[in-house]
Formats: sequence, structure tokens, C-alpha cells
Amino acid sequence: MKKGLFIGFIAAGLLTLGLASPAPAQEVIKIGSIYPLTGPVGQAGINNKNAIELAMEIINTTKYKHLNVPLAGAGGLPNLKGAKVQVVFSDHQGKPDLGLSEAERMITQEKVVVLTGCYHSNVTETASMVAERMKFPFYNFESSSPKLTQRGYKWFFRSSPHDETFSEAMFAFVKEYGQKKKIQFKTIAVMYEDTLYGKDSARIEKLLADKAGYKVVADIPFRRGATSLTSEIQKLKAASPDIFFPTCYISDAILMTKTSKELDYNAPMVMAQNSGHTEPSFLEAVGKDADGIASREEFSLDLAKHKPMLTEINQMYKDRYGRDFSGPAARAFVGFLALCDAINRAGSTNPEAIREAIKKTNIPGDKLITPWRGIQFDENGQNILVDAIVIQYQDGAKRYTIYPFNLATREIVYPIPRWSERK
Amino acid sequence: MLTTEIIIQTIVSGILMGCIYALVAVGLCLIWGLMEIVNFAHGDYLMMAMFTSFWAYTLAGIDPLLSLPLCLALLFAIGWFTYYIIIKKLLRATFLAQILATFGLGVFVRYLAQYMWSPDFRTIKEPLLAGNIGIGGIFVGTPQLVASIICVVAFVFLYVLMNKTELGFAILATSEDREAASLMGIDSHKMFALGWGVGCGCLGVAGAMMANFFYIFPEVGFNFGLIAYVAVALGGFGSVPGSFLAGIIIGVVEFLSGLIIAPAFKYAFVFLIYLLVVFIKPMGLFGRY
Repeated sequence: MKKGLFIGFIAAGLLTLGLASPAPAQEVIKIGSIYPLTGPVGQAGINNKNAIELAMEIINTTKYKHLNVPLAGAGGLPNLKGAKVQVVFSDHQGKPDLGLSEAERMITQEKVVVLTGCYHSNVTETASMVAERMKFPFYNFESSSPKLTQRGYKWFFRSSPHDETFSEAMFAFVKEYGQKKKIQFKTIAVMYEDTLYGKDSARIEKLLADKAGYKVVADIPFRRGATSLTSEIQKLKAASPDIFFPTCYISDAILMTKTSKELDYNAPMVMAQNSGHTEPSFLEAVGKDADGIASREEFSLDLAKHKPMLTEINQMYKDRYGRDFSGPAARAFVGFLALCDAINRAGSTNPEAIREAIKKTNIPGDKLITPWRGIQFDENGQNILVDAIVIQYQDGAKRYTIYPFNLATREIVYPIPRWSERK
Repeated sequence: MLTTEIIIQTIVSGILMGCIYALVAVGLCLIWGLMEIVNFAHGDYLMMAMFTSFWAYTLAGIDPLLSLPLCLALLFAIGWFTYYIIIKKLLRATFLAQILATFGLGVFVRYLAQYMWSPDFRTIKEPLLAGNIGIGGIFVGTPQLVASIICVVAFVFLYVLMNKTELGFAILATSEDREAASLMGIDSHKMFALGWGVGCGCLGVAGAMMANFFYIFPEVGFNFGLIAYVAVALGGFGSVPGSFLAGIIIGVVEFLSGLIIAPAFKYAFVFLIYLLVVFIKPMGLFGRY
């Protein structure tokens, strides 16, 4: 009984403290961000969280006026009386149900003005469902399943390309490269993890292959986070396609590369659907074994040749978090700045006003660190000014842009040397 | 084309991977057989072994093959202390309390690893064991081959220890009847602690060998733990050789069904086999209960 009384006193004390705490001197605009911060894809979520925090610093302080990005050095949002931007992060661990409940919590309890996230397409799907139902803006920076902007949602926006754009870039590359070098590619194989991201990516790749007249000789879905990929690689080896299109998250990308090496599977050309194959920790894990893998990408550090400010912003990121920008992190950076720009233009925290402002977004390409023509949304909330590039790892896992040819810094290595011929 | 070569290759790969599943399962089975407590932290202890190997390599430059004794010793110690600090207090507790304790322990270990080492994926870049051996078009990864050999050796060693030595008899006697064993002058707590030490030691061996070719991150143990539970149930609760065989069966079934039917369903077939065994022989292949 005594113990109960004691706890009661403490609780009462805490309660009064809570009531008595002064209201914040300056208003903040809260943005909710739901990411995988733990779990197999935790690092990717953390990378994006870091990118958002860097963008936040650029907006909330006055130190970075010289950067040519939206709201650089504004010291807050000018149209909202200089209110600082604050991001509330939460963790969905890669689970759609958790994404859904976190979205609900963010809107009803954290009182955020807009939701962002969630990296995984399938989590973005459920979380944005909640937002749509509650008539609340949801702004996605990096999920790439095309389906997300084909649902007829009124409150959903995506600032980056989706897998159709991405896949089109890969097939355009294959076609143009084939014409240039007089190589006739005939067969392809797709291998993909079995959630929304992988399935959607493979669906489009197969569609584009059909259009281009390539035969799909192997169609291999596999369970995400498998303990082995041996039978999958064996199937590939048996089918022996001209071009191999894998789609997966990081753990599977590492295992796939290691298993290919172990079983001596030599694909002449690998065209990966970003994500796992482009995470910095993928390169750390497999090192020079990544050489030869090409991937669609929206971003590459060698683009600095055409966008000088990229070097400085990447250095800022590296100083703070010890690693380079990854593609998804660059997309989050760009998207977050564009979102804050919209909130600023709305000049209000009203969801309807924010949605209207987002719809009117018009940011030119030179204000972005990604190689897009700009940001403008269509009626489905999809940015229509996006472009994709294709990169390849060469010379010990260094990434080079190989397509479009006018942005390229290297030519593709084709065919990829066999494992036995590599040092 | 599905050639015989590819099928043989798949079976060989399945057996090799199966040996590792098997040793993980044996550790779990041993603890269960001894005191009927399922160690739900098993997969996470495997992760600890892999990280031990990784850090020995990264910080001190010790190859996983050479840090094997270190992993074994450390995991043995972890098992030993787990018994004295946690499990001993649960001997007379309800089944649910025992499950929750080891489950909570697993979650704690996993998130501790994440907190200390971040959720990053690591691999050991240039281990002594690398590359592959090709015989007539069949490729076997050297690390996998050595790993499976060491796992088999560890299993044989364990089997001899349990069935041919006085210590083994003492452990078995304790598991048969704790009180009677105590009357015979066997310190049952010591035997249980030894059981935990040896059971977790298996993970030390398996983890160190896996570090040669698998990626390492805080949740890596989960799937392996899951497979180990199936292997123990399939082999028969309490039968150490049964779990070992079941581990190998699972490896082969997983790989073959992935190749012949569909990779997306390969784990479904593993569980299907398990269900069949449960229907036909509920105690598992070699079960005592």
C-alpha cells in the first residue's frame, strides 16, 4: 500500500510539472516521418532520417544561404512567422501494420501537419491509406512501386520517379547500347523479392521486355530475407539469360552476389532495380565483387560534374554521419526541401491549404541535387519531371554513370568478366 | 535447362547448408532434451557468435577460422551464465514464464546488438577460406564445405561426449531424473549449466563458420532460429542425432523444392514436410516423447 501511495505522489508530481511547463517560445511546424529504423532495412531508414535532418538544418539555420536549394538559410519558414521545422520520427520495422498504426498515432496524437515516409512501398501503401481516409497530406520521397500513384488518391504525393520510369531507363539503355554496338539481346531473367516492391518491379520489367521483344526465360520470385539463394541462382544458371534483372533489398542483394560467385554464375549483364544493390553497406559488404553490376539510379556522386553544389552538400552529410549520400537519401533530401517549400507557401498548417500548395509545387531542376528536370505533380500526385540514370560499378566498386550517354562518365563494361577471370 | 548437373549441385549445396542448420538445431535440442526449456534466444545467440567472429577479424585481424575457439569459449560462457543468472530461477516456474524469459532475452540481445553496432550489414571481406572448388561442373564454396565438415566434426564430438563419457552420462542422468541424480552426488545445477554451455557452444561453432560466407547484422539469427525449431520438432524433441539429420533434410528440401517447384514456396515445403511428420509420427522422427 505504501508503495502505491509513493507512486501516486510521483505521478501527481510529474503531472503538475507537465502542466506547469512553459509553452514553447517559438512555434514549430511538426512533420511526421515513418521509417524503418530497426530491422533488416534499418540502416536505409537511418540514412533517410539523416538526410532529412540535414535538410532541416539547412532550413532552420541561417548558415547555408549560399546553397541553391529551396529555403536555404531561411532560419525557419518565413510565411509562418519564422516557425522552425521539426520532424517527429517513428519506426515501422518494415511492417505494414505497424506503418498503419504509426500513421494514425502521428496524425491524432503527435499533431503533425503532414506525413512522410515510409521507404518500403508496402508500408507506404498502408500508411497513406490512413492519411487518405483522414484527409491528411502524405508526401512520399522514395518508395518506387508505381501502384502507389495509380490509386486515385487525393492526398498522396510522390516527388521521385517510380519503377516504370526507372525500368524504362534501363530498357532504353539496353536498346540504345545494343544499337550502338550492334549487339542483339534476346533473353532476360527477372528475380525479385516477393513484396509489393519486387513484384511491381518485375511486372513492369516483364511488360517492357515484351514490348522490346525480349524473351523472359526465367521468372523467379523469392522470399525476402531468405537464409539461402542457392536454388534461385541455380535456376538462373540453367536459364542463362542475356541480361539479368534483380530486384531486392540489401540482405538479399549481398547474398545474391555471394551465391553467384560461389556457384560461378556469370551473367553477361546485370541491371538491378536500385535499393539493395545501391545501398552503401552493400558495397561495404561485397567490395569489388560488385563490379559489373549496373543499376538504375536517380543519383550518383559523379553527377557533381554537372551539379557542383552536390560536392558540398555531400560533404556536409559525410561530416555529420560518416557516409556518402545514397540514392534514397538524396531523394529524401530533395523531397523534404520541396515539401517544406510547399508548407511555407501554404502559410498555414491547415491540411487542405498544404495539399493545395503541394499541388502547385514548381521547383526547377537546378535547385535539386538529383538529375531531374524539376518537381511538378500531376493529378495523381506523381512528379512528372523525373528522370532516371543508369550506373555501373567498376574498378573496385566505384560507381559511374553510364546512361544517359550525355551525363555518362564511363562506358559500360560488357560482358561482365567471369568470376574466374577476376582478380 | 534443368540438367542433372544442376540438380546434383543443388543437392550438394543443400546438404552443406543443412549441416549448419543441423548444428544450430542440435544446440537447441540439447537444451530442450535436458530440461524441457525452449531457448527462444537461440537465433540471437547465433548472431552473437557471428559478431564475435566479425569483431575478432575487424579489430584484431584474426581470421574466423582461428577465432573459432574464441567463439566457442565465449558462447559456452554465455550459455553457462544464462543458466545461472536466468534459467535457474525458472526451473519451477510455469511454462509460459520460461518462454517469456528466453524470448525476452532474445529481444534484449538483438536490440542491444543493434544499439551497440547499428543495424548495418557486415561481412568478413577476405577470410582465409574463400573461393570455390569445382569438380566436374559442380561448384562447392570452400567456406561452405569447410563449415559443414567442422559442423559434422563438432556433432560427432558432442555425440561421443554425451554417450561415451562419464560427464555425458551425468548430464543424461540429470535430464532423466534430476532428484535421483542429485542423490547420486551429481550437482544438477552444474549439469544444467554445462548443458546450456554446450548447447550455446554449438552456436559458437556454427556462427564462426557462417561468418565466413554469410552477412552479419543484428537480426540475422531470426530465420536460422526458426529453422532450428522446425528441425528439432522434425527430428523429435530430445533426440540430438534426430535434430542433426532433420537439419540436413531441411537444407535439401529447401534447396530442391526451390529449384524444381518455386523459390517463393521453398520454406512452405520445409514446413509441409514437418506437418507430414507430425501427422504420421507426432513425436518426430526419433522422438523420445
